[in-house]
Amino acid sequence: MPAGSTYTPIATTTLGSAQSSVTFSSLGSYTDLKLIMDVLGSGTGYVSLRFNSDTGTNYSLTRVGGNGSTASSNRATSQTSLDLSWSAAYTSSGRLLETVDIMNYGNSTTYKTLLSRAGKADNAVDAIVGLWRSTSAVTSITLLAQSANFASTSTFTLYGIASA
Amino acid sequence: MWWARLLNQIAAIHGTGTPAVTNSYESIATVTIGTAQSTITFSSIPSTFKHLQVRGILQISGGDTEAKLTLNGDSTSSNYATHQLLGDGSTTYGLATANSGFIKTGITNSTANIFGAMVVDILDYANTSKNKTVRTLTGIDLNGNGNIRLASGFWNSTTATTSLTFTASSGNFNQYSSFALYGIKG
Repeated sequence: MPAGSTYTPIATTTLGSAQSSVTFSSLGSYTDLKLIMDVLGSGTGYVSLRFNSDTGTNYSLTRVGGNGSTASSNRATSQTSLDLSWSAAYTSSGRLLETVDIMNYGNSTTYKTLLSRAGKADNAVDAIVGLWRSTSAVTSITLLAQSANFASTSTFTLYGIASA
Repeated sequence: MWWARLLNQIAAIHGTGTPAVTNSYESIATVTIGTAQSTITFSSIPSTFKHLQVRGILQISGGDTEAKLTLNGDSTSSNYATHQLLGDGSTTYGLATANSGFIKTGITNSTANIFGAMVVDILDYANTSKNKTVRTLTGIDLNGNGNIRLASGFWNSTTATTSLTFTASSGNFNQYSSFALYGIKG
């Protein structure tokens, strides 16, 4: 197959005021999606994700991470949203950086798996594999502020990666 | 693309204006499994990129297992090593595997509908002065079971990488498993 340029910016949202959620609803046609987030909070919190506004208990995750002194691993099952970090958190003065790879999001055959990396330099680092138990193609992504709102200047960028 | 590079060169010569955006991440090839098979290979990889990345979803018929990566068809045991940080939902593991004949990459399972995910970076793959280093993030979650793994792999060769082979460690890659190879410009 011919080579082709890809890794295309789809949309960027930079908050001008505090918000409890951010939604991407026009995802285009790619193979994978990549989210890059730089999040400040109105307090201490973390980012959670829903696909297609699904509020069922269809999300789960396995996590490994460290906080500067201890490495640990955790699991969450049958959740109503998918937490993209576990120990790493945004605060009102510290930014949480996260990248999320959403693999083969458009297929209607398999459940969807994502890989998340999150870190806050003075806090913790996490790696997470997440599962959405649905064979539906992903058509929207909602990022939810948990525990405290996303603050102004938080930035959320979505890219599309198309394979040959 | 040649025209984007040309625009950049023109902008640089004149020292004005905003350089054109170049496309530094390109799709090279994709393999999607139609009929179960134990091995997939990307061959004749051009040397025109700085790094390679393989992104994929995979399911293997052998149950809890993984994909093994070899470069240039080299299966010499002593030429490979892998170091891992792995979490299984309750315990963390730091693991080292030497003299394995391959680099450990995608973790997966054979549970219906669930596919493991992996992102594999092969750094400075065409360099003929360095041994090669591979970085992997891979995981599978089964809603009550699963693993997440960060790993680095070593190939003890200064030969430019021209092919990548992924082999199921037990059984076959199942239908819908997909491997996409990308090149990243330097």
